[in-house]
Amino acid sequence: MTAMTDTTVKEPVEFFVLDDPHHHDGDGHEEHHHETGTMLGFWIYLMSDCLIFGILFATYAVLGQNYAAGPAPSDLFELDMILISTFMLLFSSITYGFAVLRMDHNDLKGTVLWLMITGGFGLAFLYLEYAEFSHLIHLGATPQASAFLSSFFFLVGTHGMHVLGGSIWLVVLLIQLSQRGLTHENKRRVMCLSLFWHFLDLIWIGVFSLVYLTGVLL
Amino acid sequence: MASQAHHGTSASAPDVHPFWGKLSWDAFPFHEPIVLITFIGVVLGGLALVGALTYFRLWGYLWKNWFTSIDHKKIGIMYMILGLVMLLRGFADALLMRGHQAIAASGGEGYLNAHHYDQIFTAHGVIMIFFVAMPFVTGFMNYVMPLQIGARDVAFPFLNNFSFWLTVSGAILVMVSLFVGEFSTAGWLAYAPFSGLEFSPSVGMDYYLWALNIAGIGTTLSGINLVVTIVKMRAPGMDYMKMPIFVWTTLCTNVLIVATFPVLAATLALLTADRYLGTHFFTNDLGGSPMMYVNLIWIWGHPEVYILVLPVFGIFSEIVPTFTGKRLFGYASMVYATCVIMVLSYIVWLHHFFTMGAGANVNAFFGITTMIISIPTGAKMFNWLFTMYKGRVRFDVPMLWVMGFMITFVIGGMTGVLLAVPPADYVLHNSLFLIAHFHNVIIGGVVFGIFAGIVYWWPKAFGFSLDPFWGKVSFWCWIIGFYLAFMPLYVLGLMGVTRRLSQFEDTFYSIYFIVALVGALFIAAGIGAFIVQIVVSIMRRKELADETGDPWGGRTLEWATSSPPPYYNFAFSPKVHEIDAFTHMKREGYTRPTDGFMPIHMPHYTATGVVLAGLLTVMGFALIWHIWWLAAASFAAALIYGIGHTFNYNRDYYVPAAEVREIENLRTQQLAKAAEQ
Repeated sequence: MTAMTDTTVKEPVEFFVLDDPHHHDGDGHEEHHHETGTMLGFWIYLMSDCLIFGILFATYAVLGQNYAAGPAPSDLFELDMILISTFMLLFSSITYGFAVLRMDHNDLKGTVLWLMITGGFGLAFLYLEYAEFSHLIHLGATPQASAFLSSFFFLVGTHGMHVLGGSIWLVVLLIQLSQRGLTHENKRRVMCLSLFWHFLDLIWIGVFSLVYLTGVLL
Repeated sequence: MASQAHHGTSASAPDVHPFWGKLSWDAFPFHEPIVLITFIGVVLGGLALVGALTYFRLWGYLWKNWFTSIDHKKIGIMYMILGLVMLLRGFADALLMRGHQAIAASGGEGYLNAHHYDQIFTAHGVIMIFFVAMPFVTGFMNYVMPLQIGARDVAFPFLNNFSFWLTVSGAILVMVSLFVGEFSTAGWLAYAPFSGLEFSPSVGMDYYLWALNIAGIGTTLSGINLVVTIVKMRAPGMDYMKMPIFVWTTLCTNVLIVATFPVLAATLALLTADRYLGTHFFTNDLGGSPMMYVNLIWIWGHPEVYILVLPVFGIFSEIVPTFTGKRLFGYASMVYATCVIMVLSYIVWLHHFFTMGAGANVNAFFGITTMIISIPTGAKMFNWLFTMYKGRVRFDVPMLWVMGFMITFVIGGMTGVLLAVPPADYVLHNSLFLIAHFHNVIIGGVVFGIFAGIVYWWPKAFGFSLDPFWGKVSFWCWIIGFYLAFMPLYVLGLMGVTRRLSQFEDTFYSIYFIVALVGALFIAAGIGAFIVQIVVSIMRRKELADETGDPWGGRTLEWATSSPPPYYNFAFSPKVHEIDAFTHMKREGYTRPTDGFMPIHMPHYTATGVVLAGLLTVMGFALIWHIWWLAAASFAAALIYGIGHTFNYNRDYYVPAAEVREIENLRTQQLAKAAEQ
């Protein structure tokens, strides 16, 4: 257990980092060091967000069949439209991937272009979700109507709020990119939003399968 | 059940003023003499404080050097101050309850009506857990952990400041509820359906929800921050198995925080939706499931108690070896025990409601997992004992707290194992036996550990030790007070007295409640002695000064720097070769480098955290009182301000080598002076 035996007897033990570029100088190593911390922190944040969705999925699993004499999934969901919005989101993930590829080539214009296309798909998804929700509410299938609808609206709505937040972030990022270009900081931001965006895609796969597909099939 | 007075004041539109929301003069406590007197006292005290700060021109100092500080040490100290202030409030609630019950059980009526009593036990629980224990524990982790791993700050210093102010924001909302409107009557975990709109229509529940929502976000962010700090910023050479145990327990605690506080956030959000949007997650009607609330809240709630106690185990693991003069017995087993507790704490939640009727098999599973937790905890206990065995134990004040803890916590642990037996739990559920049990572990474990840690690390933080005499007075008052206050509750619980009762038909229980009241008064004396200890020590700070930076013969890196440490912690990053890195340094006769200083990379202070948290406090208050325009405005302001902050690229700077040299030269002189004496 002691590291004593590892150190040679003759040389005195070094107790301080007297000359370490990693910790002391200003040539960018420090930033690099910090950046990995940011990515790790963002990953951990995503995991904590994933738990929030986990709870919402669990809630839907428990309450999803408590229709309270109201409408059931098969009465409400129109799979064609859901499929279209699913593809909007999936395409947006692919286009985000292209943006990151352009970024790796230090191509600012390409990055910005693909990010804008991504935002377009995101907005299309949001519009389709808005249309779906207002249609349901028009039918009287409101979040207040039954526990099934409460948990449905909350799960899908929370995902939608995330996409909205991601879109706002995207706009802010585009402004920052236009101001400073592909700096170290902006690259990190693009990577963080990328993680966030793909994460939302993943959650949507869960929503699509668990809520819509099984809802209509069962 | 409660709240007749406010029944019918639902969230429906007619009561809501377009500008003031639900807020009106009725919200102020003119009809409640006890609250009114407190209100007047607090207002006068507050005015005196504000006046004094203005008179001595301290606002600028506080703002520039403390509120906007992103130095982990200052944030740690601010957490401790928050914890101490809220301890006084939470303990005042405890005294009110003890006094009231002693009178009510002796044939009187007591001075609290049922509705007020319900608010007091709720506020006591909420405050003690969220705004006393959590800030204290987070304060220690913030202050000590970066020093112990030889880092200059945490991974995200601004986020750290923001987390702190979000916690303050929650505390402010709870405090405001005392005087504007009322607090929740639903107990510290707000069980549905009672906490729903139908049975708790008043603003009390909304205070609870928004205070915890906002503070909970702060805790989650701080959890992420500290995990990344430990993973990424350890001094070179410090492998995981060379980290001090306190760093290990901090790591496990923050992993638990990140793994459970989102559950709390989601659960409270669902309850908030039930109350604000009329959804049916936890209602009795239209398919809602109140028992799902109880499950969800305890999936967070049980790990939460380990979030409180694990760092404290870490504190004890630092104190015992230091005051025994030996390395910790069974370092590796301590690490594994901590990790096992971390994992197990996630799969025991159902033991809080065996009586739900989940069935014998489910109850057996959770009963067994609960009992298994006592094995790693017992391993820790033996490790501390074996560390002390044949050691040269010094009975300084921190060590007294450790001894008090070891005896008291074991008793609490054993009653916990009793409660983990489902058939026994059917008898003891919701009784005062349970109350005695969890106070036994929380006071005997968490609170004793907090006091031990304060006495232990105070000289590091301020450069002078705490007066030992008043420390001993505080310790003995606390431990005597604890046993007097809670042993009668075990007896009462076994006799069938349930928790949260404000009135008693039978005077048979009188004597037990009177003894418990005497115990609470002893604890009050203990808290008083603690404050006297601080005041006396500040007055005698010259005599008690610690020039060496290592007053106890410490073993870990925080003792390798000066007391108080310079804002950059270490002029040169330490290099670690062994567990107990500082002991190793002293044994090898290390020399402190006095030359060759280099510029140090540090973050700028920023007001963003305070401003954002302030805006969110306003938003919380507006949402509680249904002042929709203000809620929307403050949320929009916070959003825009937060986004604006991402455009600030001027976040860090380099401390010039000359400044480092100047500070370190002063330290060299100080050390030379200390060596002469």
